[in-house]
Amino acid sequence: MVRAVGRYTLEIVQSLGDVALFVGRSFRMAVGSRKLGRRVVRAMFEQGARCLPVILIVGLFTGLVLGLQGYYVLNRFGSESLLGTLVSLSIVRELGPVLAALMLVGQAGSALAAELGIQRNTEQIAALETMGVSSHAYLVAPRLIAALMVFPMQTALFCCVGLWGGSLSGSLLLGLEPGIYWSAVERAVESADVRECMTKAVTFGFLTMTLCAYHGFNAHRCRSGTGARGVSASTTRAVVQSSIIVLAADYVITSFLI
Amino acid sequence: MAIESQDLLLKVEGLQKRFGEQSVLAGASLTVPRGSLVAVLGRSGAGKSVFLKCLADVIEPDAGEIWFDGRLLARGDAGVRQHFRSRCSFLFQSNALFDSLTALENVALPLEQTMDLQAGEVRERSLEALKQLELEAFWDRYPGQMSGGMQKRLALARAIVTRPELVLFDEPTAGLDPVRRNAVFTMIAKYQRQFGFTALIVTHDVPEALVAADRVALLDTGRMVFQGSPGEFIASEEAMVIQFRDSEKELSKMLASIRRGETIHTEDT
Repeated sequence: MVRAVGRYTLEIVQSLGDVALFVGRSFRMAVGSRKLGRRVVRAMFEQGARCLPVILIVGLFTGLVLGLQGYYVLNRFGSESLLGTLVSLSIVRELGPVLAALMLVGQAGSALAAELGIQRNTEQIAALETMGVSSHAYLVAPRLIAALMVFPMQTALFCCVGLWGGSLSGSLLLGLEPGIYWSAVERAVESADVRECMTKAVTFGFLTMTLCAYHGFNAHRCRSGTGARGVSASTTRAVVQSSIIVLAADYVITSFLI
Repeated sequence: MAIESQDLLLKVEGLQKRFGEQSVLAGASLTVPRGSLVAVLGRSGAGKSVFLKCLADVIEPDAGEIWFDGRLLARGDAGVRQHFRSRCSFLFQSNALFDSLTALENVALPLEQTMDLQAGEVRERSLEALKQLELEAFWDRYPGQMSGGMQKRLALARAIVTRPELVLFDEPTAGLDPVRRNAVFTMIAKYQRQFGFTALIVTHDVPEALVAADRVALLDTGRMVFQGSPGEFIASEEAMVIQFRDSEKELSKMLASIRRGETIHTEDT
């Protein structure tokens, strides 16, 4: 039992070290890499534009549900006017960054892990290395740099749509004066809240895309199998670990910034 | 630490590689003269691809020395390795083409990423390489939209576009029918003479290799058991060479025996 726990702990420490080296190498090799800007823009399009519909839809429904639930709870205490405060603080400080990150992991992160896994299996990564092109700089670094910009943008968009969804619920469906809702939002959200939201978004983006890239890039080392099974297992692992790390990092950041 | 012979482009000494308990290379050595076409023969699973991947730095050997153009490719010497990579191309058995890039983008990639060229020059050289391999009409096609032979030519175009001195071919005819095998070997021999690069091919196609190659080596149980000209290979009395060389004759004899209804005994290899 003790031996198993020790071995498991060592494996975790080794994996953390591997991930750190992977990230370090990616950024180090990216310095001076040719056409990096073009690849970053392409990665931003993949992570950003393609994930836009899901961000808009989930953001809208989150706001709608929050507005609906919040209105009925606040109505019991005669405090409907605080709906804007409830919705805005919930979305900007917690739900926006967390849900946007989970959506991006589900779409862009899984796609990244699977793509790199297939490129590993079909020797495309080895081909890059034999050409003298760093696969870290060519394939990984642009995705990580793009994530640092895309996650905050998508999170901001999610929050805006979520707030609008809350307004739709409160004013159009339940009869709350829109001015009351939006003035409550304006009073409630401070610059520190926005800062917390963006800090979380950047952190989640970096951590999740790193994990997805790491698992895809190392799909050939997957213990669950090689080939298609290896790609499938590494993609699943990437998504699961990324989702967990979003929630864990959210708790840590919140406990520091609250 | 220069090698005396100026005619050798590549020299491999005592290459060793193990995967767990299994020894794949047990001191394989090989010399490749400049401007020649060298074929490394061997049975399936003999370690030919591993040998080639060790040379291309895809797999790290456990021991042994690789000399390129008189310079030792020492492990950990990133500069020398990068210099080697800039003068060497590798043609994978699977072609390893980038399936999300067009034919033109595939060929342009090594130029864009490893050379200081203007965009116009990259495009010009890439189109020229495609034209030389008779693929210029398919520049905007993705590899998935091409036939197997076209993909092979595209991979060769990508390999030669940087004008390398050494091109390593990993089983270029694997899975092809005899007609296409001949065509691929003819193509390699033709372009090797046209562009003047040194070619190292690993294969198990004996007749084609003997026709196309200037030198032949035979890899068995992790070592090169024979190195010489095709004529020397044909005349060799080395047991392994005889077994490998005469395998097709043996097959004919066995088929004849089967037709006669005789019981045959095969060696499990």
